Amino acid sequence: MLADLALIFLWVPTDATMGIVQRVFYFHVPSAWVGFLAFFVVFVGSIAYLVKPAPRWDALAHSAAEIGTLFMTIVLITGPIWARPVWGVWWTWSPQLTTSLILWLIYVAYLMLRAYAPTQQQAARYSAVLGIIGFVDVPIIYFAAILWRDIHPEKVVGPMAERGSLAPEMLFVFLFSVLTFTVLFVMFLQQRLTVRRAEDTLAQARRASSR
Amino acid sequence: MPDRNLAYLFAAFAVTWAAFFAYVFYLAVKNRELRREIELLRKLLEERDESPSSH
Repeated sequence: MLADLALIFLWVPTDATMGIVQRVFYFHVPSAWVGFLAFFVVFVGSIAYLVKPAPRWDALAHSAAEIGTLFMTIVLITGPIWARPVWGVWWTWSPQLTTSLILWLIYVAYLMLRAYAPTQQQAARYSAVLGIIGFVDVPIIYFAAILWRDIHPEKVVGPMAERGSLAPEMLFVFLFSVLTFTVLFVMFLQQRLTVRRAEDTLAQARRASSR
Repeated sequence: MPDRNLAYLFAAFAVTWAAFFAYVFYLAVKNRELRREIELLRKLLEERDESPSSH
């Protein structure tokens, strides 16, 4: 993370059009990437749980959903902070922004569903269904700017990106940020799974003590 | 665009780092509380098993 910060603030050139505020891009977009990756893990874990209801799949999906929601929250806060000086508004109901907000709301609902479900089994089953349906929004967000007219900047990476749309130094720092944020996601996921295992052990111990 | 946008850049970075630290703190506190509770329950179960009135 320190190396990433050094690259963002000391090494990468300042964007000629947007100025220093463009540097928000180096953690706004990687946060979105991690959010999408986390929700993909939720999607895979949820399918695996419905096919074979093992607690480890539910634990994986639940942990990834929590981390994905954290990163999407960062996306939804840093985006308007960047937009205010560049677009002159904090928020606009453009397709990409709206679908991103919907994605965040879906996974907030996922976490609330888990919190309020009467039993652990019901929480796991209902949230698995929501985790699968919710992921449908991820490709919609990516293709929103192409499918509809959108104010959001064009894609710089991925299948719809235009080649050479980013200077080599900027592309390098961007990819480095993506890698750093991905490693951070893996570390958060490991820690969250450890907490989840402790929660499961406690639930077992409570059941044993009530017998 | 001029450097007056530095405040926006600072705000965006501050929010991101605050979110990361808050999450790590939340996980650490939750982990500590869970382990303490597990230990307490374990002791309780051991005491109950050792007590003759429980049989």
